[in-house]
Amino acid sequence: MSATAGVGPVPGGPPVDETGASSTVSGYMRVWWQGVRAGELGSLPIIVGLVVIVITFTLLTDNFFSERNFTNLILQMAAVATMAIGIVFVLLVGEIDLSVAFVSAVGAVVMTLLLRPGDPGWPWWAAIGFALLCTTTIGFLHAIVITKAGVPSFVVTLAGFLIWSGVVLILTTQYSTAGTIRIQDSTVIGIANDFLSPVWGWILGVAVVAAFAAVQLRTSMTRRARNLAAKPIVLIALQTLGLAAVTFAAIWYLNEDRGVPKVAVILGIALAFWSFVAARTRFGRHVYAVGGNAEAARRAGINVDRVRIAVFMISGFMAGVGGIMLASRLRSVATNTGSGNLLLLVIAAAVIGGTSLFGGTGRVIAALLGALVIASIQNGMDLMGLASGTKFVITGLVLLGAVLVDAFSKRRRAARGGV
Amino acid sequence: MADASPLLECRNVSKAFGAVQALWNVDFEVRPGEVMALVGDNGAGKSTLIKGIAGIYPFDAGQVFVDGEEVHIHGPRDAARLGIEVVYQDLALADNLDIVANMFLGRERTRGAVMLDEPNMERAARETLDSLSVTTVKSVRQTVAGLSGGQRQSVAVAKAVMWNSRIVILDEPTAALGVVQTRQVLNLVRRLAEHDLGVAIISHNLHDVFEVADRITVLRLGQRVALFEREKTTQQEVVHAITAGTLDAVPGMETPDAEAAPTEVEA
Repeated sequence: MSATAGVGPVPGGPPVDETGASSTVSGYMRVWWQGVRAGELGSLPIIVGLVVIVITFTLLTDNFFSERNFTNLILQMAAVATMAIGIVFVLLVGEIDLSVAFVSAVGAVVMTLLLRPGDPGWPWWAAIGFALLCTTTIGFLHAIVITKAGVPSFVVTLAGFLIWSGVVLILTTQYSTAGTIRIQDSTVIGIANDFLSPVWGWILGVAVVAAFAAVQLRTSMTRRARNLAAKPIVLIALQTLGLAAVTFAAIWYLNEDRGVPKVAVILGIALAFWSFVAARTRFGRHVYAVGGNAEAARRAGINVDRVRIAVFMISGFMAGVGGIMLASRLRSVATNTGSGNLLLLVIAAAVIGGTSLFGGTGRVIAALLGALVIASIQNGMDLMGLASGTKFVITGLVLLGAVLVDAFSKRRRAARGGV
Repeated sequence: MADASPLLECRNVSKAFGAVQALWNVDFEVRPGEVMALVGDNGAGKSTLIKGIAGIYPFDAGQVFVDGEEVHIHGPRDAARLGIEVVYQDLALADNLDIVANMFLGRERTRGAVMLDEPNMERAARETLDSLSVTTVKSVRQTVAGLSGGQRQSVAVAKAVMWNSRIVILDEPTAALGVVQTRQVLNLVRRLAEHDLGVAIISHNLHDVFEVADRITVLRLGQRVALFEREKTTQQEVVHAITAGTLDAVPGMETPDAEAAPTEVEA
């Protein structure tokens, strides 16, 4: 799959130790394992959980692991993962955004209305651009109230939840009698319904693996040149091989069905871009700092309010992208767009993926991992024909489990820190 | 050393919060290469004095000189520009970030426009810690959450001296530390002075003060009641100044213990 955004040392990733212990593969693994034991779990629990889920459903159902179902799973989780990226940023600064689902719906409805043939019949790129501008502005407005008036984000975005659900209702009922507005633009419909040809799928897969190896090698070389401890080349080779195996297997399997979905490509680009922003830029560093210790960030001269505003704008923007994906998949928007459990799934995805609700800990890739877990569970339970109630209970228990892992690992880190 | 002209000098600085006169005509100076201790009971004005110097609550009156030139400090950035760094008691470290990220917080080095230059920062962080002989920190890539109190203090001090600062002010650096770690931090404080920095240290612990300081300024109820040279005084004398040093008359305030014995000992 194209969604491999792992780039170099990331806060929360394996620690690099310059004493030389980590210059060998075994040394590196030892340092990593020490970190795990001390509560720096990173993505470990979620990957273990994902493997358990896949094995369970493969055994319990006939076609969980079929080509068609694998493709459906990706189509189902892409929008949730996209929106969860924004939530990861919000959680990183220790805030929450309860409005994402309806903000995404506002984006979808605005785009759809602008696309209506002849009325006003905007081209797809203009409609999408304006819709994303709207959702980003909504995030900005929430953030202004949160930072300037000092109201907790929980309350402000709860108000946003109600306000934007109302706006969606008003717009959809005003412009249609049946409450459903169909999308007719083929490009927009193609976002969630088109697939890459097998050849392009393979080219993409090779490009992703090559890019990963290149970034890792370059980082390692630079560090070596500066006489700092670097990731051993053997380990990079092993990781690249592992990534190649997973990616190529996924592409082969997807090509057996309809090919690599376009949404997966969009999601992969979003993950790579935002991972870079979070882990490798000054802004990303400030996001982590504000979540870790806002007072320290303020004293270090960081404009804490500006960072908070920016993350809510990211959340609004990514909500818009996710909303457009959902609308494209359904080929329409309706009065119930953005309702149901979409909000819960998005926040649960970010949290299950390993983003701490306490702020300051987590990676962008968590959005993908968490969305995969949720989509797998729901998809698997659907195949088993479980009742709705049972599905909610089980999804809830998984979320609870993820939060408990976070709480315990935090306690463990604190225990170690309190020497 | 002791005859050098002051790096930092406050003359007759005053500060009031509403009706409370927190500082009244206080003189305070730090010379290069010396450790100046600032002692006094709770509410004596120690924190107000350093916050004034750091630009957090600018003084109402009085003058501040750095290198003999009068300066006006209106905010933390002014102070930083003049080479004044304060290490507060709560250290202001982000637990979730590693040592390098903390030391460069807000002043990250980048390659190109936005990308962090991690190797560069990592080298510089390591070199600064080495120059201060901080040997207890194994990896500069470990998160601060995993550090002991003494190690945290060391990181906070290293962060302060990293920016070509010349005056480092430490607020109660040993308050929360055990015996061994207190020793490490006091050694570190001495090393800062050996690097010819001017060091001011606030402390309640006279034992620590007598171990590390060259001179001792005593504040009481917002006034400087004594200035001692460590080698010419005793703990008893300092304690007496802290509890019963002679006060000037402050406008609008009775001097409740005018009958107390005059104890001012000018160095």
